[in-house]
Amino acid sequence: MDWTLIFSRAIESGIGSEAVIYALAAIGLNVHFGYTGLLNFGQAAFLAVGGYSIAVTVATFGLPFFLGVAIGIALAVVLALLLGIPTLRLRADYLAIVTIAAAEIVRLVVRAVALEGTFGGTDGLQGFSDSFYAMNPYPDGQYNVGSIIGFDHRTMWVLTVGWILVALSCFVIYLLMKSPWGRVLKAIREDEDAVRSLGKNVFSYKMQSLVLGGVIGALAGFIFALSRSAVQPDLYSTDLTFYAYTVLILGGAARILGPVVGAAIFWALLILISTFLEEAVNAGVINVITVTQVGPIRLMLVGFGLMLLLIFRPQGIFGDKREIALDAR
Amino acid sequence: MRRAVIAFTAFLGGLIFLLASGPAMAWAEGEGLKGTIQNQGQPVNGVKISVADEGGAAVGDATTDARGAWEIPVPKAGTYKVTIDQATLPQGTSLRNKDRATLTVQVFEGQNRSVLFPLAASGGQGGTGAAPDTPSATQEFFTRFAQLAFDGLSLGLTIALGAVGLSLIFGTTGLTNFAHGELLTIGAFVAYIFNTTLGLHLLIAAPLAVVVCAALGYGQDRFFWGVLRKRKTGLVSMMIISIGLALFLRNLLLFIFGGEGVPYAQYVAQSGIQIGPIFTTPKNLVAMGIQIVVLVAVGLALIYTRLGKATRAVADNPALAESSGINVDRVVRLVWAVGTAVAALAGILLGTTQNLSYQMGLQILLLMFAGVTLGGLGTAFGALVGSLIVGLFVQVSTLWIPPEMKTVGALVVLILVLLVRPQGILGRRERIG
Repeated sequence: MDWTLIFSRAIESGIGSEAVIYALAAIGLNVHFGYTGLLNFGQAAFLAVGGYSIAVTVATFGLPFFLGVAIGIALAVVLALLLGIPTLRLRADYLAIVTIAAAEIVRLVVRAVALEGTFGGTDGLQGFSDSFYAMNPYPDGQYNVGSIIGFDHRTMWVLTVGWILVALSCFVIYLLMKSPWGRVLKAIREDEDAVRSLGKNVFSYKMQSLVLGGVIGALAGFIFALSRSAVQPDLYSTDLTFYAYTVLILGGAARILGPVVGAAIFWALLILISTFLEEAVNAGVINVITVTQVGPIRLMLVGFGLMLLLIFRPQGIFGDKREIALDAR
Repeated sequence: MRRAVIAFTAFLGGLIFLLASGPAMAWAEGEGLKGTIQNQGQPVNGVKISVADEGGAAVGDATTDARGAWEIPVPKAGTYKVTIDQATLPQGTSLRNKDRATLTVQVFEGQNRSVLFPLAASGGQGGTGAAPDTPSATQEFFTRFAQLAFDGLSLGLTIALGAVGLSLIFGTTGLTNFAHGELLTIGAFVAYIFNTTLGLHLLIAAPLAVVVCAALGYGQDRFFWGVLRKRKTGLVSMMIISIGLALFLRNLLLFIFGGEGVPYAQYVAQSGIQIGPIFTTPKNLVAMGIQIVVLVAVGLALIYTRLGKATRAVADNPALAESSGINVDRVVRLVWAVGTAVAALAGILLGTTQNLSYQMGLQILLLMFAGVTLGGLGTAFGALVGSLIVGLFVQVSTLWIPPEMKTVGALVVLILVLLVRPQGILGRRERIG
């Protein structure tokens, strides 16, 4: 068994593009769920809107890359408004059901054969990331950090942009949550009626929160699409949202750095375990399972971990237990 | 609490043990092409498929078996042309896209790639020669409408069986159970184990599985959800816990049974029958009969029996019910047992019309939510009405929109209904805000 490979892969994932994508997705969720108490189960839809906006703008219509970025952000705002209008006046679980339904609608529409010409059907779209990589300041080659981990120049560029976006998002959230605006959000999470009685327009604040978190989700979608140079509809399934929830709760909801630390630990751990299992199976140390069964085991662990976290440590690593004792009824 | 977790782990362990006694999975080696030819959910036997490489040289051919499955190994990764022999299709069926009889597909290293040839019923029934006078467009429209409405009713009944449990659990405990789809899947697979591993006829395996699942449902509340309620876990936390549980159970099933669909030993291929404008199979009619009987029984029990009345009382106001002497915990456990049993039955019946897959519950979970929300969260009868409407809508909408988009239509309608009548059809206003 190659222990160096196991640990280098784990560390690479902990700081790699998966961690960036899920950190951004979870920062968005943190605005929704952690600070405002909105149960958005459709974060995957915002990522899909972001990723597909760039892909369709560049690959299908041949328009400039930055126009795709602008369209992505604009569409994320529109999606947030569409989700918010019917549900934000209702109880929390309505938003949960509608957002999960919306995420499936987005996925089913982009994978539809009827719209294959625009969205590429189940195969998705490729060949839209050239202008992004043309901006790459890193010369070709392999960049090693320390002795065991390293990325190629393309990944380095994705990671640089990605971590800058993560840092910027965290900074913006930090400033916003310190502001009176952020205090109103937290107050809504604690007691909506009390906030309403103070004359605040709760609906409008919730909507702003949904839009902000959705736009950050679209940023995650940009990085997701660009890091793979491809978009595929089934990557934006509801599992993505639930991974992001696990990341958020692991790190600690309603904490600025919770999602970031959560994403790093989540991916490092997940890849550590699955690479270990794969290596162990290949080396014949474990022979009761096959390599193809490692995938389901990995997802079982995520599910089990999510359950254990919420039962025993709902505040995650950094959170405050009093801040997430939410109750929908 | 620790005791409860140990108990729950033991429960899951037992489940793993029960499921692990299933068949050992054979994983395909090497590259190949495969597929299943189905017409309206029924496997089609004896269709010839041939594969040629990029240059047009024949690689191999195969004929679909009784399950409608075919498989052709290919020598190496590359691009292949798959052709379906349209002349071997049964009378009355044809390819949905006649010009897509030859598909060019890419096979990657080590991939056993699925190729899909969607079939559709072609115009005339029986298809013997040209009809003397072609039916008018309206006639054809109503024939298709009747067929789709019938299919929709069948789907709606399946959704309703799942949704009744979902709605009752929500009503009595406030939990939006995202793991409810997996209860259907588990029911189907428990019956599968009884059916294939133990070799029992499906007619015996199915009731046994329903009983086992009732016990599982009871246990799930007794040792897991009930304990969490005692700990005063918030409802939102419980909702996310149910997502974790769903993820866990779904992948446990994938781990044990693999990603390939598997059929029951009986009632796989049945020749269809024509009733007026509707084409169906006897098993489908029996399944619908069972579904109607079970739904009516659940409905009557809710209205007339003491426990049914107690259930409605708890759903209405748990605190008031408790103070008037109803044992709320007992009612909730009963609801879990019945809800799980009914969901398992839905899963088994669904499994007679399609291959069992670890995703089958997830695939209709959103439709169940749509039905429950449409009917009014927490009302058993609302769930019934809502589910039937969703089922009908999903199928009938394919008259105008592509079949792959039918779920989209239902979910869009769900969102629109929330705009105009958020409490649903039978819900009451005060529950929503």
